[in-house]
Amino acid sequence: MLKLKGLTKRYATGDLALNNIDLEVPSGQVLALIGPSGAGKSTLIRCVNRLVEPTSGTIELDSKDISNARGGRLRQARRQIGMIFQNYALVERLSVMENVLSGRLAYVGFWRSYFRKFPESDIKQAFELLERVGLETMLDKRGDALSGGQKQRVGIARALMQNPKLLLVDEPTASLDPKTSRQIMRLICELCQEQNLATIINIHDVALAQQFVHRVVGLRAGEIVYDGAPDGLSPEILTTIYGEEDWSVDKRDDEEETSKPKEQDVEAALLGGHP
Amino acid sequence: MSQSPQLLEPRLLAAKSGSWRPKPKISNASLRWGLNAAVLVYLVLLYFSVDINWSRVAQGMDRGLAFMGSFLTPDFISRGGEIAIGLRESLTMTFAATVIGILLAIPVGLGAARNIAPTPVYFFCRAIIALSRTFQEIIIAILFVAMFGFGPLAGVVTLAFATIGFMAKLLAEDIEDAQRDPMEAVRATGASWLQWINYAVQPQVMPRLIGLSLYRLDINFRESAVIGIVGAGGIGATLNTSINRYDYDTSAAVLLVIIGIVLMSEYLSGYVRKWTA
Amino acid sequence: MPIKIVNDTPIWQRREPLQQRLIWFGYFLALMLFLLCWKIISDNTIWEFLSDAHIQAASLIGRMIPPDWSITGSLLLPLWDTLNIATVGTALGVLIAFPLAFLAARNTSPHPSLRAFALAIIVSSRSINALIWAILLVTIVGPGLLAGMIAIALRSIGFVGKLLYEAIEEIHPTPVEAVSSTGAGRMQVLAYSVLPQIMPAFAGITVYRWDINIRESTVLGLVGAGGIGLQMNAAINNLAWGQVATVFVLIFATVIFSEWVSAKVRHAVI
Ligand SMILES: Nc1ncnc2c1ncn2[C@@H]1O[C@H](COP(=O)(O)OP(=O)(O)O)[C@@H](O)[C@H]1O
Ligand SMILES: [Mg+2]
Repeated sequence: MLKLKGLTKRYATGDLALNNIDLEVPSGQVLALIGPSGAGKSTLIRCVNRLVEPTSGTIELDSKDISNARGGRLRQARRQIGMIFQNYALVERLSVMENVLSGRLAYVGFWRSYFRKFPESDIKQAFELLERVGLETMLDKRGDALSGGQKQRVGIARALMQNPKLLLVDEPTASLDPKTSRQIMRLICELCQEQNLATIINIHDVALAQQFVHRVVGLRAGEIVYDGAPDGLSPEILTTIYGEEDWSVDKRDDEEETSKPKEQDVEAALLGGHP
Repeated sequence: MSQSPQLLEPRLLAAKSGSWRPKPKISNASLRWGLNAAVLVYLVLLYFSVDINWSRVAQGMDRGLAFMGSFLTPDFISRGGEIAIGLRESLTMTFAATVIGILLAIPVGLGAARNIAPTPVYFFCRAIIALSRTFQEIIIAILFVAMFGFGPLAGVVTLAFATIGFMAKLLAEDIEDAQRDPMEAVRATGASWLQWINYAVQPQVMPRLIGLSLYRLDINFRESAVIGIVGAGGIGATLNTSINRYDYDTSAAVLLVIIGIVLMSEYLSGYVRKWTA
Repeated sequence: MPIKIVNDTPIWQRREPLQQRLIWFGYFLALMLFLLCWKIISDNTIWEFLSDAHIQAASLIGRMIPPDWSITGSLLLPLWDTLNIATVGTALGVLIAFPLAFLAARNTSPHPSLRAFALAIIVSSRSINALIWAILLVTIVGPGLLAGMIAIALRSIGFVGKLLYEAIEEIHPTPVEAVSSTGAGRMQVLAYSVLPQIMPAFAGITVYRWDINIRESTVLGLVGAGGIGLQMNAAINNLAWGQVATVFVLIFATVIFSEWVSAKVRHAVI
């Protein structure tokens, strides 16, 4: 279904975010991409639908090379690739229904979409998806009136509205509480199974990943360092992915908490914000 | 949301069977139709009350093209002396008026801030602001020319007066929005009124005041190009004469000079704001 | 920490000495510049005229009070014209400014050269006052409402265009990415992710400019571009200050009204 060959990305800043990645994902497989932050997980999935331009390498979708597609051909390819975002990326001032229907934009002309005259079948499908994610009664609510978990459900429905063959999911649970996280992960994995989608999920939480996915790929500094079954993640392998840590006791959480604010400080400084 | 499930039900059923329209932006139907009708009525009235002499407009088209063409051949030379004098006068008026206007706007602004001024002072200062803001610079200029005679002095007074209204209003709003805690903390130290302003209010409003002053400098320059039309000095007089003579090449030159200066001041104020931020 | 040692005791200072000196130098320069400007102005002023300025002012105000209410009826139609100039002018200006803003915003501009072109139009329009446009247009399309409307429109393009393109540059980028990644076309991305985000700003900017345009269109008649300014000009030329005062009162009322409307609308959309 998806085949990456020699995928490399070097940002204009000089960071080598991806180094010669080869990866193949068949239909119906849910793959978790794990790795420390900055490993290149987001870069990888954003290269696949070309939100980020890869420096070199090829991306094949259904054995068609889309790494150089432009204009109409790129839109055609993107239509087959659904994407779900960490911060939901809803258009907050549009209603839930409009957000979900925006997944059909590549199938309808500009004026039809502008006047919200979507085909009957699209509206039916949108309603079914909203029922599936449990939000059908909220179709008139505005995006900014929803809770985090609800927003993510709308994001899922929007991605599936595209009738995609491939689903890219960037840290779907990073902004959610543990319970909602599990619900969202379960929902995504069930829907992928039902619709036989190839799926790549970026995720921080190794335990959560192990519970739901078929295959785990570990990324470190832009290179694949593990590719195998979820229960093959031994402490040694986690160490190669994440670096030295005592994996027997779950200390990951507090480490993350202490490292995150620092990272944000650095980011703010890099963005040129005045103190 | 206040919507009850019973009200939503028909929309849900419709959506289930494939028909859905977004909700209207204005949910109150009578208000929505009232507004639509009002717009319609206005358009009809507009149609009947605006009559335009289209043949005169058609006649003017080649003159319009000539004017646009003259932007490609601006003439800075033949009336270069007049342009230079007008420009110098405009710039001096602008700077002097901005300085005077801001110096006067500070007490007026302090007086117009409800949280620090006594009520009679408040109303007096607000009245000054309202007067200065309602009337176009040009109207004020007419009055001051009538009082002071032709020349740049009337222009300076006009621009200064307009600056007072603009700056004092924004300053007063800033002070009203300023944080309460530092103001009370400084007052609690037993500081005098002036010390209080200096230590508690000034630091909070100063950066924005600087930014606004530069913005006003820019506005005053643009206005100085206008008030010359009624005899208050500056480059406006030069411009007005050239237009009335259909000397579009010179007009284009003056307009380009104005655009250039505004552009320059925009860049400069960008830098200054970066320093002071 | 800027600390100065005087007689072995440290004295705290707010700024580094060099910085402090630069600031004082800046103030000094500004003062010198101001004095220079003042000298130029004063050289061009006939101060003798000023000796009776207070008498002039007093007599002016004396002749304005009471206002000559008898002409109120004949002022209503010009006032209506003024309103129309402002409204139609704003509408025309906004119509042109809207696409221009998308060309000018860094994140939606299709090409850098188009961006430069749009920015040039915006700056030119912003730099030149509506009254100057009106003088020009009166010589081109003849005196009347049309000149006023176009003048107001030309001035509004820059104002609305600038504020709108700044609003476009400040939108959240992630919804744009999300809609692009569905395979939507360029215009669809704008309509579904950019437009909803800028709509409140757009409405606010438009009524704000309409409010300003009401003030501006009150004076366009001075140069023959229609509206109540025409009557004001006639009254001033006849030195009929009582009538001028009536015009002022009407303008004042209209401006207050438009400010009220604009505040209401802005409150409703934000
Ligand atoms: N827009 C960008 N410009 C420059 N460097 C970037 C950009 N986005 C990510 N990077 C760099 O690329 C590397 C991988 O980032 P990312 O793909 O976001 O990692 P992850 O999603 O695994 O946390 C990091 O070193 C990051 O600093
Ligand atoms: Mg990431």
